[in-house]
Amino acid sequence: MLRPSIQARHAVARLTLPVMFIAAFGLMLVGKVDTVLVERARTLVYDLGAPIYAALAEPLGRINKAVTEVVDLWGLRGENARLREENEHLRRWQSIALTLDAENKRLKTALRWIPDPQASYVTARVVADAGGVYAKAVLLALGPNHGLRKGQIALDERGLVGRITEVGSRSVRVLLITDMNSRVPVVLETSRAHAILAGTNGPLPRLLYWSEGTVPKEGERVVTSAEANAFPANLPVGVVRYSANGNPEVEPDAQLRAIDIVRIFDYGLGGFASPETTARPTAGRR
Amino acid sequence: MALRDRLPGVRPRPTMGRRLEVVWLYAFPAMTSLFLMLFSLAPFGLWGQSALLPTVALTCVWFWSLLRPEAMAPPVVLLIGLLLDLLGFLPLGVGALTMLTTYGLAQRLRRFLVHKGFATTWLIFTGVACGIGAMNWALVSLLTLRFVASGPVLFQAGLAAAMYPVVAIPLMLAHRSIADPDRA
Repeated sequence: MLRPSIQARHAVARLTLPVMFIAAFGLMLVGKVDTVLVERARTLVYDLGAPIYAALAEPLGRINKAVTEVVDLWGLRGENARLREENEHLRRWQSIALTLDAENKRLKTALRWIPDPQASYVTARVVADAGGVYAKAVLLALGPNHGLRKGQIALDERGLVGRITEVGSRSVRVLLITDMNSRVPVVLETSRAHAILAGTNGPLPRLLYWSEGTVPKEGERVVTSAEANAFPANLPVGVVRYSANGNPEVEPDAQLRAIDIVRIFDYGLGGFASPETTARPTAGRR
Repeated sequence: MALRDRLPGVRPRPTMGRRLEVVWLYAFPAMTSLFLMLFSLAPFGLWGQSALLPTVALTCVWFWSLLRPEAMAPPVVLLIGLLLDLLGFLPLGVGALTMLTTYGLAQRLRRFLVHKGFATTWLIFTGVACGIGAMNWALVSLLTLRFVASGPVLFQAGLAAAMYPVVAIPLMLAHRSIADPDRA
Protein backbone atom coordinates (compact mmCIF):
# COMPACT_ATOMS: atom_id res chain seq x y z
CA MET A 1 0.00 0.00 0.00
CA LEU A 2 1.24 3.47 -0.84
CA ARG A 3 1.91 5.33 2.39
CA PRO A 4 2.21 9.13 2.52
CA SER A 5 5.45 10.38 3.98
CA ILE A 6 5.68 11.16 7.68
CA GLN A 7 5.90 14.91 6.94
CA ALA A 8 2.74 14.77 4.83
CA ARG A 9 0.88 12.88 7.53
CA HIS A 10 2.03 15.39 10.17
CA ALA A 11 0.86 18.26 8.00
CA VAL A 12 -2.55 16.65 7.53
CA ALA A 13 -2.84 15.89 11.25
CA ARG A 14 -2.00 19.50 12.05
CA LEU A 15 -4.53 20.83 9.57
CA THR A 16 -7.48 18.68 10.68
CA LEU A 17 -8.41 20.78 13.72
CA PRO A 18 -8.47 24.15 11.87
CA VAL A 19 -10.45 22.56 9.03
CA MET A 20 -12.97 21.17 11.54
CA PHE A 21 -13.26 24.63 13.15
CA ILE A 22 -14.08 26.04 9.72
CA ALA A 23 -16.63 23.24 9.26
CA ALA A 24 -18.21 24.18 12.62
CA PHE A 25 -18.54 27.80 11.47
CA GLY A 26 -20.03 26.45 8.25
CA LEU A 27 -22.59 24.53 10.30
CA MET A 28 -23.43 27.72 12.14
CA LEU A 29 -24.06 29.45 8.82
CA VAL A 30 -26.21 26.57 7.58
CA GLY A 31 -28.19 26.70 10.81
CA LYS A 32 -28.86 30.39 10.32
CA VAL A 33 -29.72 30.15 6.63
CA ASP A 34 -31.75 26.96 6.36
CA THR A 35 -33.82 26.49 9.50
CA VAL A 36 -36.13 23.99 7.80
CA LEU A 37 -33.21 21.68 7.02
CA VAL A 38 -32.03 21.84 10.65
CA GLU A 39 -35.52 21.13 11.90
CA ARG A 40 -35.77 18.12 9.60
CA ALA A 41 -32.39 16.81 10.77
CA ARG A 42 -33.48 17.15 14.41
CA THR A 43 -36.78 15.43 13.72
CA LEU A 44 -34.96 12.61 11.94
CA VAL A 45 -32.56 12.07 14.86
CA TYR A 46 -35.42 12.09 17.36
CA ASP A 47 -37.55 9.82 15.15
CA LEU A 48 -34.75 7.26 15.33
CA GLY A 49 -34.43 7.61 19.09
CA ALA A 50 -38.11 7.84 20.05
CA PRO A 51 -38.99 4.11 19.80
CA ILE A 52 -36.01 3.21 22.01
CA TYR A 53 -36.91 5.82 24.59
CA ALA A 54 -40.53 4.71 24.45
CA ALA A 55 -39.45 1.14 25.21
CA LEU A 56 -37.30 2.39 28.10
CA ALA A 57 -40.04 4.62 29.49
CA GLU A 58 -42.04 1.76 30.99
CA PRO A 59 -39.35 0.06 33.14
CA LEU A 60 -37.73 3.37 34.10
CA GLY A 61 -41.12 4.74 35.04
CA ARG A 62 -41.70 1.75 37.28
CA ILE A 63 -38.35 2.26 39.03
CA ASN A 64 -39.13 5.93 39.43
CA LYS A 65 -42.51 5.12 40.92
CA ALA A 66 -40.97 2.66 43.37
CA VAL A 67 -38.46 5.26 44.54
CA THR A 68 -41.21 7.87 44.92
CA GLU A 69 -43.31 5.42 46.89
CA VAL A 70 -40.47 4.76 49.34
CA VAL A 71 -39.97 8.50 49.77
CA ASP A 72 -43.73 8.99 50.20
CA LEU A 73 -43.88 6.41 52.99
CA TRP A 74 -42.03 8.85 55.22
CA GLY A 75 -44.70 11.50 55.08
CA LEU A 76 -47.70 9.15 55.04
CA ARG A 77 -49.36 10.28 58.28
CA GLY A 78 -49.14 13.98 57.53
CA GLU A 79 -50.24 13.39 53.96
CA ASN A 80 -53.23 11.39 55.15
CA ALA A 81 -54.41 14.15 57.47
CA ARG A 82 -53.97 16.74 54.75
CA LEU A 83 -55.92 14.64 52.23
CA ARG A 84 -58.77 14.09 54.72
CA GLU A 85 -59.10 17.81 55.17
CA GLU A 86 -58.88 18.43 51.42
CA ASN A 87 -61.46 15.73 50.78
CA GLU A 88 -63.91 17.46 53.16
CA HIS A 89 -63.32 20.70 51.36
CA LEU A 90 -63.74 19.13 47.91
CA ARG A 91 -66.94 17.37 48.92
CA ARG A 92 -68.49 20.72 49.69
CA TRP A 93 -67.35 21.98 46.32
CA GLN A 94 -68.67 18.88 44.59
CA SER A 95 -72.18 19.52 45.82
CA ILE A 96 -71.95 23.13 44.66
CA ALA A 97 -70.62 22.01 41.28
CA LEU A 98 -73.41 19.47 40.80
CA THR A 99 -76.08 22.07 41.60
CA LEU A 100 -74.49 24.56 39.23
CA ASP A 101 -74.13 21.96 36.51
CA ALA A 102 -77.81 21.09 36.71
CA GLU A 103 -78.74 24.75 36.69
CA ASN A 104 -76.42 25.38 33.75
CA LYS A 105 -78.02 22.58 31.75
CA ARG A 106 -81.50 23.94 32.47
CA LEU A 107 -80.51 27.43 31.42
CA LYS A 108 -78.83 26.18 28.24
CA THR A 109 -81.95 24.27 27.27
CA ALA A 110 -84.06 27.35 27.96
CA LEU A 111 -81.76 29.47 25.78
CA ARG A 112 -81.48 26.88 22.94
CA TRP A 113 -77.67 27.03 23.34
CA ILE A 114 -75.66 25.42 20.53
CA PRO A 115 -72.98 23.34 22.26
CA ASP A 116 -69.32 23.55 21.21
CA PRO A 117 -68.26 20.62 19.03
CA GLN A 118 -66.53 17.85 20.97
CA ALA A 119 -62.82 17.84 20.21
CA SER A 120 -61.15 14.56 19.33
CA TYR A 121 -57.93 13.69 21.09
CA VAL A 122 -55.14 11.15 21.20
CA THR A 123 -53.12 10.21 24.24
CA ALA A 124 -49.35 9.98 24.05
CA ARG A 125 -46.51 9.20 26.41
CA VAL A 126 -43.77 11.72 27.15
CA VAL A 127 -40.49 9.93 26.52
CA ALA A 128 -37.83 12.59 26.76
CA ASP A 129 -37.06 16.15 27.67
CA ALA A 130 -36.71 17.81 24.27
CA GLY A 131 -35.85 21.27 25.47
CA GLY A 132 -32.13 21.26 25.88
CA VAL A 133 -30.66 23.82 28.23
CA TYR A 134 -32.32 26.92 26.83
CA ALA A 135 -35.84 25.68 26.12
CA LYS A 136 -38.72 23.90 27.80
CA ALA A 137 -40.20 21.18 25.62
CA VAL A 138 -40.99 17.48 25.73
CA LEU A 139 -40.85 14.69 23.19
CA LEU A 140 -43.77 12.35 22.64
CA ALA A 141 -43.36 8.92 21.07
CA LEU A 142 -46.08 7.81 18.69
CA GLY A 143 -46.70 5.13 16.14
CA PRO A 144 -46.38 5.88 12.44
CA ASN A 145 -49.39 7.55 10.72
CA HIS A 146 -50.33 9.34 13.93
CA GLY A 147 -51.85 12.22 11.95
CA LEU A 148 -50.86 14.94 14.43
CA ARG A 149 -50.18 18.41 13.10
CA LYS A 150 -48.28 21.49 14.18
CA GLY A 151 -50.29 23.76 16.41
CA GLN A 152 -52.40 21.09 18.10
CA ILE A 153 -52.85 21.52 21.80
CA ALA A 154 -51.49 19.36 24.58
CA LEU A 155 -53.21 19.07 27.95
CA ASP A 156 -52.60 16.84 30.91
CA GLU A 157 -55.42 15.82 33.24
CA ARG A 158 -55.33 19.20 34.99
CA GLY A 159 -54.60 21.88 32.43
CA LEU A 160 -52.79 23.32 29.46
CA VAL A 161 -49.34 21.88 28.77
CA GLY A 162 -48.33 23.44 25.44
CA ARG A 163 -48.50 23.22 21.69
CA ILE A 164 -46.98 20.95 19.06
CA THR A 165 -44.14 22.70 17.28
CA GLU A 166 -42.37 19.91 15.40
CA VAL A 167 -43.81 16.78 13.89
CA GLY A 168 -41.82 13.72 12.83
CA SER A 169 -43.02 10.35 11.67
CA ARG A 170 -42.63 8.70 15.10
CA SER A 171 -42.11 11.61 17.43
CA VAL A 172 -43.67 14.96 18.19
CA ARG A 173 -42.20 17.91 20.08
CA VAL A 174 -44.43 19.89 22.38
CA LEU A 175 -43.31 23.37 23.42
CA LEU A 176 -44.37 23.94 27.03
CA ILE A 177 -46.13 27.09 28.19
CA THR A 178 -43.12 27.81 30.41
CA ASP A 179 -40.75 28.08 27.44
CA MET A 180 -39.22 31.46 26.70
CA ASN A 181 -40.77 31.43 23.20
CA SER A 182 -44.28 30.55 24.35
CA ARG A 183 -47.04 33.18 24.20
CA VAL A 184 -50.59 32.18 25.07
CA PRO A 185 -53.59 34.53 24.83
CA VAL A 186 -55.46 34.17 28.12
CA VAL A 187 -58.45 35.55 29.97
CA LEU A 188 -58.57 36.31 33.70
CA GLU A 189 -61.62 34.41 34.79
CA THR A 190 -63.34 36.80 37.20
CA SER A 191 -62.70 40.09 35.37
CA ARG A 192 -62.78 38.54 31.84
CA ALA A 193 -59.83 40.80 31.02
CA HIS A 194 -57.48 39.65 28.28
CA ALA A 195 -53.75 39.18 28.79
CA ILE A 196 -50.79 37.32 27.34
CA LEU A 197 -49.08 34.52 29.20
CA ALA A 198 -45.37 34.60 28.40
CA GLY A 199 -42.97 31.80 29.32
CA THR A 200 -39.68 32.66 30.98
CA ASN A 201 -38.01 29.21 31.06
CA GLY A 202 -38.64 29.32 34.81
CA PRO A 203 -41.40 27.31 36.50
CA LEU A 204 -43.87 30.23 36.56
CA PRO A 205 -44.77 32.02 33.30
CA ARG A 206 -45.56 35.74 33.52
CA LEU A 207 -48.69 37.69 32.69
CA LEU A 208 -48.20 40.57 30.27
CA TYR A 209 -50.32 43.23 28.57
CA TRP A 210 -53.46 43.00 30.69
CA SER A 211 -56.03 45.70 30.10
CA GLU A 212 -55.67 48.88 32.08
CA GLY A 213 -57.81 49.04 35.19
CA THR A 214 -58.19 45.27 35.57
CA VAL A 215 -55.17 44.23 37.56
CA PRO A 216 -54.85 40.45 37.93
CA LYS A 217 -55.81 39.37 41.44
CA GLU A 218 -53.86 36.92 43.55
CA GLY A 219 -55.47 33.49 43.28
CA GLU A 220 -57.57 34.38 40.23
CA ARG A 221 -58.02 31.58 37.71
CA VAL A 222 -56.55 32.02 34.24
CA VAL A 223 -58.04 30.31 31.18
CA THR A 224 -57.20 30.39 27.48
CA SER A 225 -58.79 32.88 25.14
CA ALA A 226 -59.96 32.08 21.61
CA GLU A 227 -58.32 35.23 20.31
CA ALA A 228 -55.99 34.76 17.30
CA ASN A 229 -57.64 31.37 16.69
CA ALA A 230 -54.71 29.52 18.22
CA PHE A 231 -56.55 28.08 21.25
CA PRO A 232 -60.15 27.28 22.04
CA ALA A 233 -61.65 29.37 24.83
CA ASN A 234 -61.71 28.37 28.50
CA LEU A 235 -59.03 25.70 28.78
CA PRO A 236 -57.67 25.81 32.34
CA VAL A 237 -54.18 27.34 32.44
CA GLY A 238 -53.40 28.21 36.04
CA VAL A 239 -53.77 30.54 39.00
CA VAL A 240 -52.34 34.05 39.43
CA ARG A 241 -49.51 34.37 41.96
CA TYR A 242 -47.60 37.55 42.65
CA SER A 243 -43.82 37.19 42.72
CA ALA A 244 -41.71 38.77 45.45
CA ASN A 245 -41.02 41.82 43.29
CA GLY A 246 -44.67 42.35 42.48
CA ASN A 247 -45.01 40.82 39.02
CA PRO A 248 -48.11 38.75 38.31
CA GLU A 249 -47.14 35.19 37.44
CA VAL A 250 -49.22 32.12 36.77
CA GLU A 251 -48.84 28.85 38.59
CA PRO A 252 -49.73 26.30 35.90
CA ASP A 253 -52.48 23.80 36.66
CA ALA A 254 -50.65 21.17 34.59
CA GLN A 255 -47.89 19.31 36.37
CA LEU A 256 -45.14 20.47 34.06
CA ARG A 257 -42.29 19.16 36.19
CA ALA A 258 -43.34 15.56 35.88
CA ILE A 259 -45.44 15.16 32.79
CA ASP A 260 -45.99 11.51 32.03
CA ILE A 261 -48.90 11.31 29.64
CA VAL A 262 -50.54 14.09 27.66
CA ARG A 263 -53.65 14.32 25.54
CA ILE A 264 -53.32 16.05 22.18
CA PHE A 265 -56.53 17.75 21.13
CA ASP A 266 -57.52 18.61 17.61
CA TYR A 267 -59.76 21.65 17.79
CA GLY A 268 -59.41 22.21 14.06
CA LEU A 269 -57.86 25.62 14.61
CA GLY A 270 -55.82 27.05 11.76
CA GLY A 271 -54.43 30.34 12.95
CA PHE A 272 -51.21 29.18 14.42
CA ALA A 273 -47.53 29.22 13.68
CA SER A 274 -45.05 28.67 16.49
CA PRO A 275 -43.01 31.74 17.44
CA GLU A 276 -39.82 30.33 15.99
CA THR A 277 -41.46 29.28 12.74
CA THR A 278 -43.33 32.45 11.87
CA ALA A 279 -40.85 33.29 9.13
CA ARG A 280 -40.69 29.80 7.69
CA PRO A 281 -42.76 28.32 4.92
CA THR A 282 -44.99 25.71 6.51
CA ALA A 283 -47.16 24.73 3.55
CA GLY A 284 -46.81 21.14 2.51
CA ARG A 285 -45.34 20.10 5.83
CA ARG A 286 -47.18 17.86 8.19
CA MET B 1 -3.91 1.41 13.84
CA ALA B 2 -1.78 0.99 16.89
CA LEU B 3 1.74 2.34 16.75
CA ARG B 4 3.36 -1.07 17.03
CA ASP B 5 1.60 -2.28 13.88
CA ARG B 6 3.51 0.30 11.91
CA LEU B 7 6.86 -0.77 13.35
CA PRO B 8 8.86 -3.73 12.06
CA GLY B 9 8.93 -6.81 14.29
CA VAL B 10 7.07 -9.97 15.20
CA ARG B 11 3.34 -9.55 15.76
CA PRO B 12 0.25 -11.74 15.67
CA ARG B 13 -1.24 -12.73 12.32
CA PRO B 14 -3.92 -10.24 11.20
CA THR B 15 -6.86 -12.61 11.46
CA MET B 16 -10.47 -11.44 11.25
CA GLY B 17 -10.90 -11.53 15.03
CA ARG B 18 -7.79 -9.46 15.56
CA ARG B 19 -8.84 -6.90 12.99
CA LEU B 20 -12.21 -6.58 14.67
CA GLU B 21 -10.45 -6.11 17.99
CA VAL B 22 -8.32 -3.30 16.55
CA VAL B 23 -11.45 -1.60 15.15
CA TRP B 24 -13.20 -2.03 18.53
CA LEU B 25 -10.28 -0.50 20.39
CA TYR B 26 -10.06 2.34 17.93
CA ALA B 27 -13.79 3.05 17.94
CA PHE B 28 -14.27 2.63 21.71
CA PRO B 29 -13.92 6.32 22.72
CA ALA B 30 -16.29 7.58 20.00
CA MET B 31 -18.80 4.80 20.64
CA THR B 32 -18.88 5.27 24.41
CA SER B 33 -19.28 9.02 23.95
CA LEU B 34 -22.21 8.65 21.55
CA PHE B 35 -23.80 5.94 23.68
CA LEU B 36 -23.54 7.97 26.88
CA MET B 37 -25.00 11.01 25.14
CA LEU B 38 -28.03 9.03 23.95
CA PHE B 39 -28.32 7.33 27.35
CA SER B 40 -28.40 10.68 29.15
CA LEU B 41 -31.68 11.46 27.35
CA ALA B 42 -33.46 8.30 28.51
CA PRO B 43 -36.66 9.02 30.46
CA PHE B 44 -35.29 8.85 34.01
CA GLY B 45 -37.62 11.60 35.13
CA LEU B 46 -34.85 13.47 36.93
CA TRP B 47 -35.12 17.16 37.65
CA GLY B 48 -32.80 19.22 35.42
CA GLN B 49 -32.01 16.23 33.26
CA SER B 50 -31.60 18.37 30.16
CA ALA B 51 -28.27 19.59 31.54
CA LEU B 52 -26.98 16.02 31.53
CA LEU B 53 -26.46 15.76 27.76
CA PRO B 54 -24.00 18.67 27.36
CA THR B 55 -22.26 17.58 30.56
CA VAL B 56 -21.73 14.04 29.31
CA ALA B 57 -20.56 15.24 25.88
CA LEU B 58 -18.07 17.65 27.44
CA THR B 59 -16.70 15.09 29.88
CA CYS B 60 -16.28 12.41 27.20
CA VAL B 61 -14.55 14.73 24.73
CA TRP B 62 -12.23 16.08 27.44
CA PHE B 63 -11.42 12.66 28.86
CA TRP B 64 -10.74 10.88 25.57
CA SER B 65 -8.88 13.85 24.07
CA LEU B 66 -6.45 13.61 26.96
CA LEU B 67 -6.13 9.84 26.99
CA ARG B 68 -6.65 8.71 23.41
CA PRO B 69 -6.27 11.72 21.10
CA GLU B 70 -5.69 9.47 18.08
CA ALA B 71 -9.09 7.84 18.58
CA MET B 72 -10.89 11.07 19.50
CA ALA B 73 -9.84 12.80 16.28
CA PRO B 74 -11.24 16.24 15.32
CA PRO B 75 -13.80 14.81 12.83
CA VAL B 76 -15.19 12.60 15.62
CA VAL B 77 -15.32 15.62 17.92
CA LEU B 78 -17.20 17.54 15.23
CA LEU B 79 -19.68 14.68 14.90
CA ILE B 80 -20.24 14.62 18.68
CA GLY B 81 -20.73 18.39 18.63
CA LEU B 82 -23.23 18.14 15.78
CA LEU B 83 -25.19 15.47 17.63
CA LEU B 84 -25.13 17.67 20.74
CA ASP B 85 -26.62 20.51 18.68
CA LEU B 86 -29.34 18.33 17.22
CA LEU B 87 -30.28 16.45 20.38
CA GLY B 88 -29.84 19.40 22.72
CA PHE B 89 -31.83 21.88 20.60
CA LEU B 90 -28.93 24.29 20.44
CA PRO B 91 -28.43 26.57 17.44
CA LEU B 92 -26.45 24.53 14.91
CA GLY B 93 -22.69 24.89 15.28
CA VAL B 94 -22.62 25.87 18.97
CA GLY B 95 -21.99 22.33 20.23
CA ALA B 96 -19.56 21.65 17.40
CA LEU B 97 -17.53 24.75 18.17
CA THR B 98 -17.47 24.25 21.94
CA MET B 99 -16.52 20.58 21.63
CA LEU B 100 -13.68 21.38 19.19
CA THR B 101 -12.47 24.07 21.61
CA THR B 102 -12.51 21.51 24.42
CA TYR B 103 -10.46 19.18 22.23
CA GLY B 104 -8.01 21.96 21.41
CA LEU B 105 -7.62 22.85 25.11
CA ALA B 106 -7.08 19.20 26.02
CA GLN B 107 -4.38 18.95 23.36
CA ARG B 108 -2.64 22.05 24.71
CA LEU B 109 -2.79 20.82 28.32
CA ARG B 110 -2.05 17.19 27.55
CA ARG B 111 1.71 17.34 28.10
CA PHE B 112 1.20 19.12 31.39
CA LEU B 113 -1.58 16.88 32.65
CA VAL B 114 -0.13 13.52 31.69
CA HIS B 115 2.08 13.39 34.79
CA LYS B 116 -0.50 14.90 37.13
CA GLY B 117 -2.99 13.01 39.24
CA PHE B 118 -6.73 12.63 38.92
CA ALA B 119 -7.45 15.55 41.27
CA THR B 120 -5.48 18.06 39.18
CA THR B 121 -7.19 16.89 35.98
CA TRP B 122 -10.54 17.26 37.72
CA LEU B 123 -9.70 20.75 38.96
CA ILE B 124 -8.56 21.88 35.52
CA PHE B 125 -11.66 20.29 34.00
CA THR B 126 -13.83 22.39 36.33
CA GLY B 127 -12.17 25.51 34.94
CA VAL B 128 -12.61 24.25 31.38
CA ALA B 129 -16.30 23.48 32.04
CA CYS B 130 -16.86 27.05 33.27
CA GLY B 131 -15.06 28.49 30.26
CA ILE B 132 -16.93 26.28 27.80
CA GLY B 133 -20.22 27.12 29.56
CA ALA B 134 -19.52 30.84 29.16
CA MET B 135 -18.61 30.30 25.50
CA ASN B 136 -21.81 28.30 24.97
CA TRP B 137 -23.88 31.07 26.56
CA ALA B 138 -22.20 33.77 24.48
CA LEU B 139 -22.66 31.85 21.22
CA VAL B 140 -26.32 31.04 21.89
CA SER B 141 -26.98 34.68 22.84
CA LEU B 142 -25.23 35.84 19.68
CA LEU B 143 -27.05 33.43 17.39
CA THR B 144 -30.51 33.98 18.87
CA LEU B 145 -29.85 37.74 19.17
CA ARG B 146 -30.91 38.03 22.80
CA PHE B 147 -29.42 37.41 26.19
CA VAL B 148 -30.47 33.95 27.25
CA ALA B 149 -30.64 33.18 30.97
CA SER B 150 -27.23 32.45 32.48
CA GLY B 151 -28.60 30.26 35.29
CA PRO B 152 -28.69 27.03 33.25
CA VAL B 153 -25.08 27.58 32.18
CA LEU B 154 -23.90 27.90 35.78
CA PHE B 155 -25.90 24.82 36.72
CA GLN B 156 -24.42 22.94 33.78
CA ALA B 157 -20.85 23.89 34.69
CA GLY B 158 -21.44 22.86 38.31
CA LEU B 159 -23.00 19.61 37.20
CA ALA B 160 -20.07 18.91 34.87
CA ALA B 161 -17.60 19.43 37.73
CA ALA B 162 -19.64 17.22 40.06
CA MET B 163 -20.28 14.52 37.47
CA TYR B 164 -16.68 14.28 36.24
CA PRO B 165 -15.64 11.36 38.47
CA VAL B 166 -18.94 9.56 37.83
CA VAL B 167 -18.22 9.50 34.10
CA ALA B 168 -14.43 9.49 34.09
CA ILE B 169 -13.74 6.69 36.57
CA PRO B 170 -15.72 3.99 34.71
CA LEU B 171 -14.16 5.19 31.45
CA MET B 172 -10.72 5.02 33.05
CA LEU B 173 -11.38 1.47 34.23
CA ALA B 174 -12.58 0.51 30.74
CA HIS B 175 -9.55 2.14 29.23
CA ARG B 176 -7.28 0.05 31.42
CA SER B 177 -9.09 -3.23 30.79
CA ILE B 178 -11.38 -3.87 27.83
CA ALA B 179 -10.25 -0.91 25.75
CA ASP B 180 -6.51 -0.88 26.45
CA PRO B 181 -4.88 0.29 23.19
CA ASP B 182 -1.66 -1.54 24.06
CA ARG B 183 -3.47 -4.84 23.62
CA ALA B 184 -3.68 -4.25 19.87
